[in-house]
Amino acid sequence: MSYEHKDFISSKCLTREEIGYILDQAKAFREINRREIKKVPTLRGRTIVNLFYEASTRTRTSFEIAGKRLGADVINISASSSSAVKGETLMDTVKNIEAMAADVVVIRHNCSGAVKFIADNVKAGIVNAGDGLNEHPTQSMLDLLTIEMAKGSLEGLTVTIIGDIAHSRVARSDIWAMKTCGMRVKVFGPPTMIPVAVDAFGVEVCRNMEEAVSDADVIIMLRIQRERMSKLLIPSEREYSAVFGLTPAVMEKAANNPIVMHPGPINRGVELSSVVADSGDSRILDQVENGVAVRMAVLTFIAVAKN
Amino acid sequence: MKTLLKNCKIVNHDKITESGILIENETISGLTCDAEADKVIDCAGAYVLPGLIDMHVHMREPGQEYKEDIESASKAASAGGVTSACCMANTSPVIDNAAIMNHITARAREIGLIDIFPYGAVTKGMKGEELTEMGDMTKAGAAGFSDDGKTIMNAEVMRRALEYARQFGAFIASHAIDTNLQGAGSMNEGSVSAVTGLKGIPSESETTVIIRDILLARLTKSRVHICHVSAKESVELIRWGKNEGINVTAEAAPHHFTLTDECCEGYDTNYKMSPPLRTEKDVEAIIEGIKDGTLDCIATDHAPHQADEKFVEFDYAPVGIIGLQTFIPLTLRLIKSGKLSWTDFARAASYNPAKILGKSRLGCIAPGMQADITVIDPECEYVFDGKINMSKSSNSPFMGAVLKGRSVYTLKKGKIVFSL
Amino acid sequence: MEKEKTLIGGEEMRTILERLTFQIIEKCPDPKNTCIVGIRRRGVFIAKRIEECLKKHNKREFETGTIDITLYRDDLSEISNMPEVHSSSIDFDVNGKTLILVDDVLFTGRTIRAALDALLDYGRPSKIMLAVMVDRGHRELPIHADFTGKYIPTSLEEVIHVKVREVDDTEDCVTISRRS
Repeated sequence: MSYEHKDFISSKCLTREEIGYILDQAKAFREINRREIKKVPTLRGRTIVNLFYEASTRTRTSFEIAGKRLGADVINISASSSSAVKGETLMDTVKNIEAMAADVVVIRHNCSGAVKFIADNVKAGIVNAGDGLNEHPTQSMLDLLTIEMAKGSLEGLTVTIIGDIAHSRVARSDIWAMKTCGMRVKVFGPPTMIPVAVDAFGVEVCRNMEEAVSDADVIIMLRIQRERMSKLLIPSEREYSAVFGLTPAVMEKAANNPIVMHPGPINRGVELSSVVADSGDSRILDQVENGVAVRMAVLTFIAVAKN
Repeated sequence: MKTLLKNCKIVNHDKITESGILIENETISGLTCDAEADKVIDCAGAYVLPGLIDMHVHMREPGQEYKEDIESASKAASAGGVTSACCMANTSPVIDNAAIMNHITARAREIGLIDIFPYGAVTKGMKGEELTEMGDMTKAGAAGFSDDGKTIMNAEVMRRALEYARQFGAFIASHAIDTNLQGAGSMNEGSVSAVTGLKGIPSESETTVIIRDILLARLTKSRVHICHVSAKESVELIRWGKNEGINVTAEAAPHHFTLTDECCEGYDTNYKMSPPLRTEKDVEAIIEGIKDGTLDCIATDHAPHQADEKFVEFDYAPVGIIGLQTFIPLTLRLIKSGKLSWTDFARAASYNPAKILGKSRLGCIAPGMQADITVIDPECEYVFDGKINMSKSSNSPFMGAVLKGRSVYTLKKGKIVFSL
Repeated sequence: MEKEKTLIGGEEMRTILERLTFQIIEKCPDPKNTCIVGIRRRGVFIAKRIEECLKKHNKREFETGTIDITLYRDDLSEISNMPEVHSSSIDFDVNGKTLILVDDVLFTGRTIRAALDALLDYGRPSKIMLAVMVDRGHRELPIHADFTGKYIPTSLEEVIHVKVREVDDTEDCVTISRRS
């Protein structure tokens, strides 16, 4: 089994075999993260550039730690997309980075499709760390790894994703990968946050929290961003929390002993109550731990595949 | 100077006749094969249409001559079989006064390949606030008035513009897209936008403005022309307006009856248009609308952009494609598939535009008419490449594609301005 | 590949590994401080045989672990497909211990070099010794085995296979074949 592409761009195009391979590899990398000396020389002398056009602490740090634990030199570049429109184009920026002999460029960009656009036009291996509303494929792999470790397998599980589905790349990547793995996916959120053509995803849309959680094996809560209010998607955090928030009372309606996940950072008391976030059902910190392992696996096979 | 076109299959809006065409100087003097002429062109196998009139072209001059100018647009037009074109007012500066308009018509005459009928802006600087001097511009040769590229979002401004234009017998061409509903969207809202994560633009952004403008045309007893119709419901609203006797005309662009939003799946910015490419049902409705006359004309919305400008993130790419030289081959696809007839083509690409623009000597091949003629070889196959493309820009998904059918002779006022 | 020839059968292999175990007992009398680490993949099974032998004859438990050297290979920049990485499992503190590193075949020495690097990332053992089933020569690094089951002189065209029943669907044996 292997992953034989230059880039890692999308969950949508992964096969079940490739997903299995990535999860297996990530499991092997988990062990390294638990050692006292958390470093292997695999990518010694390789250069990984984190090129982030959007503010991100968690994902960037996770990629940085992953790269460093593999022995690579990791350079972080924060760029502003708005200034990039007027100044240097995205393509020029990446070509310049490539000219400095970067082996892998990890890109987060605010435009859907921007990372694929780059990958199609440069030789360096490109890893998608989130492109617009489109995809965040390493997040979906770490979510699947967390679910597989908690539930033993993936096929046949029911996952409910709750929150802003329409504007979430995490939701998109999760849905593609989960459907490929034979999972049933339900979504719930305010109608303003459900995509108009939601049928295209092959998911079920729930009408209320009870329906959303009742038969779920996994509940994934999405982060509610404050700027959503100015975009007319919700009137207030208070009301959002009352109708769409995950609380102990809602958890009582869940019959299948579901685990609770969240891509972070959590808005405590908005989409997720602290009691649930810190309960035994929560796998949020496992997700963070698995994130490093998944990214180590992805960086390794992209860097090595470059040969 | 006499020119004789022999063995012509003459396609007019109402019928096809087989005859010859005798041209004396600038005018068609007779439909006959038996005449002495200085020059004889054998048109056997070809279809001979009245010169195509493209009501929607962005020529970019003045201001963005690196994308296109009047000369390159004229060359692309004549090579594409277009003998008259309306250029849009969204130049820099905006064509919002007679002085700029005079510059454009003067340049067009100097180049002499095609007639250019410029649109004047509806509002000063296309800001959507104050009306332009429509009377002055009508005298300078304005085809009509349009803020194309921008929507007149204030209904009161649109109402007054329609009312005022009536005084000069002019029409307002509406770029009908509600900018609030459009938002930051970059493609059609639907399953493809859901899947690609590209922000969607619902058809309702178009239909809500179209019905507003149709109702305002009724209110003002004025003429409104709907630009680049992209959605099925838009066709239905226009059909309703016409049935009500409201003075509404409309156009559709070849890309809107050829391509769908599925083309956006690979984030290729050559498929980013405004209004966006929609779905199969919309394509079918537009073709139906052209067929039954709801959509009066086919207009290309020729929108040149430099390669660098299109080689960016999909969200940041400018909208539109060049279209003058794909006008004929894309429309011929509909004729080949039996969805349109040759007479439909002549009606939508020449006869109706001439009527809308009030050009009584254009749009028809008949004695006494101006000798603007497009001779089309429908079987001619070629790769649309940099050698054939006459535009300064090459932003088209059909670049490099094998196309079928093109103009082999384009005649403007009896003069051959393009021949293969 | 030419037909494989069996050089050592199951019975002989058992004898050889038993002798190897006695040598280990002789050199490391203090099992509390001695641990066995098999190199993935077949080294793990050779290590298992040795451990069983040790248990039988010494009546004492030895701590054992496995190590995967994929991430430490020195040829990753030359290959185009990342080989599968497996978990290492060293569940004991290696500091101050004597580690017996076990592999099936000692050839260029590069695997052992990688395994040493990998082991040292777990801490600072007081001593690392090497036990192999077969030493076939052709070293490319200054590495030698402390305990060798069998020396088999080979040419570079020949391939030595140590087969174990858990993986190879045959009784334990050592075979030789020729690269075509």
